[in-house]
Amino acid sequence: MRVEQLSVFLENKAGRLAEVTSILAEANINIRALSLADTSDFGVLRLIVDNNQKAVDTLKNRGFTIGKTDVVAVEVEDRPGGLHKILEILNASKINVEYMYAFVPSSGDKAVMIFRFDAIDEAVKRLTENDVHVINGSKVYTM
Amino acid sequence: MILDIGFETMTREDLEAVQLRRLRSTIERVYTHVPFYVKKFKSAGIRPDDIQSLDDLKRIPFTEKQDLRDNYPYGMFAVPMDDIVRIHASSGTTGQATVVGYTAKDVNTWAELMARSLAAGGATRGDIIHNAYGYGLFTGGLGVHYGAEKLGACVIPVSGGNTKRQIIIMKDFGPTILTATPSYALHLAEVAEESGISFEDLKFKYGIFGAEPWSERMREEIERKLNLTAVDIYGLSEVIGPGVAIECYEAKKGLHIFEDHFIPEIIDPVTGEVLPYGERGELVFTSITKEAFPVIRYRTRDITSLNPEPCMCGRTHIRMNRVSGRSDDMLIIRGVNVFPSQIESILMEIEGVEPHYQLVVDREENLDVLKVMVEVGEKVFSDEVKRLQKLETEITENIKEYLGVSVKVKLVEPKTITRSEGKAVRVIDNRKM
Ligand SMILES: [Zn+2]
Repeated sequence: MRVEQLSVFLENKAGRLAEVTSILAEANINIRALSLADTSDFGVLRLIVDNNQKAVDTLKNRGFTIGKTDVVAVEVEDRPGGLHKILEILNASKINVEYMYAFVPSSGDKAVMIFRFDAIDEAVKRLTENDVHVINGSKVYTM
Repeated sequence: MILDIGFETMTREDLEAVQLRRLRSTIERVYTHVPFYVKKFKSAGIRPDDIQSLDDLKRIPFTEKQDLRDNYPYGMFAVPMDDIVRIHASSGTTGQATVVGYTAKDVNTWAELMARSLAAGGATRGDIIHNAYGYGLFTGGLGVHYGAEKLGACVIPVSGGNTKRQIIIMKDFGPTILTATPSYALHLAEVAEESGISFEDLKFKYGIFGAEPWSERMREEIERKLNLTAVDIYGLSEVIGPGVAIECYEAKKGLHIFEDHFIPEIIDPVTGEVLPYGERGELVFTSITKEAFPVIRYRTRDITSLNPEPCMCGRTHIRMNRVSGRSDDMLIIRGVNVFPSQIESILMEIEGVEPHYQLVVDREENLDVLKVMVEVGEKVFSDEVKRLQKLETEITENIKEYLGVSVKVKLVEPKTITRSEGKAVRVIDNRKM
């Protein structure tokens, strides 16, 4: 049920983000989802791509510091209150969301959110119990 | 292995007798041949005959780097130019270079001390030494070279630079001993890794690293990445070159100073007062066997302390601790004395932080601002911003706690800090005084 997310350390310098996306494009790697968290000095770029190993090798080669983290892709009903329902379940189970961001599938009418939990197994269990669809990792990379 | 049992394991009493005899003869010679020392002695109101004991040494004024510059190029030589067979010079990063000369006997003395040093660091006759110290005016390359030949080992005079080729040589020639600056050793490890070569498959057993300050943490990193036992070597061209002091591989705890050739003292860098054993201060050397270029109470600017405790290796020569900074590298930040080495040890205490950092000092609105740039490697990186911020806070707080100075920590991408193939650039001081 887990999805492997890559993260890249970036200094807050003009053009750094574009450099990463252009390196990945050159290597023919497709970015499925992306979120940038930053401070005044540095940023952490989080990525879901269609070829993790190739992306890691390519970026490391270019001197970037790369991390790998397991995250969870959750289907969200595309109507008012869709996301709220999920957050309610998590809140009731006292599961902390470290961060989340949207994932836009190329097909289908459902929205997908990427969640980063500390207690990942517990989170997946609670969501599944409450009939929330947690998307299989292998499916996410090519969705 | 102890190469010169007679001198290296001498009792303190015998050693002091040798030192006094050699000191007096050196003083006599410089007083006869070097006008600079004649002036210096006269200004202090002393004559060579006044030096009756080792303790009398402290009556003689210090010799400073500036004195060597003022006597550029040959003014400090104590023999006629005809007797000089070799010249070396130290790089003049902050002004004029200093020039040193050697007689044939000096070259031989130096080779013997380097042979002793290599032996103390683990080398023997059968070893192949990959010598990556630069050859040229810098004493590192030729110092190791002559010592290796004197020891009877085989030396590969690869010198510095062209790292890719060095990796091929290491793979094909099967060297067993590596001699290099510690930062270049780490650079070799990086390039080897990029080329897909593991040090596990190479034949290195020992590495003898020096010519720049390094830390215990760097030793651990070098030993792990290069798969060898790493020892520290110390020297400076003004005194003789590398081979003034060496760490034994048995203890790896401080460098034995070849006291039958050099008399060390530790002084307070501000008052000039001689400090007792164990106290940290500036290292001062008097050379007592050099013919061409003897120095009397030469201030090295290196900060360390002396340890007279007996060593497990059997050598009786006193040990100097790792050089922990330069008295002229000392930064004064809002009135607080800060050595880059202190910041380095604080960084190294934090799990996962690598010794790649740089200090940038600016003066903003008349206030000193010290920025500590730290490279983010995989071990400390996190996908969560708050963890990286926690790392920044931890470094800031530790520095504040240990050194009493507020700094701004900036996390930077790997390899953004200037890491030259020779020496790492640790401090950038942008203050206009
Ligand atoms: Zn020892």
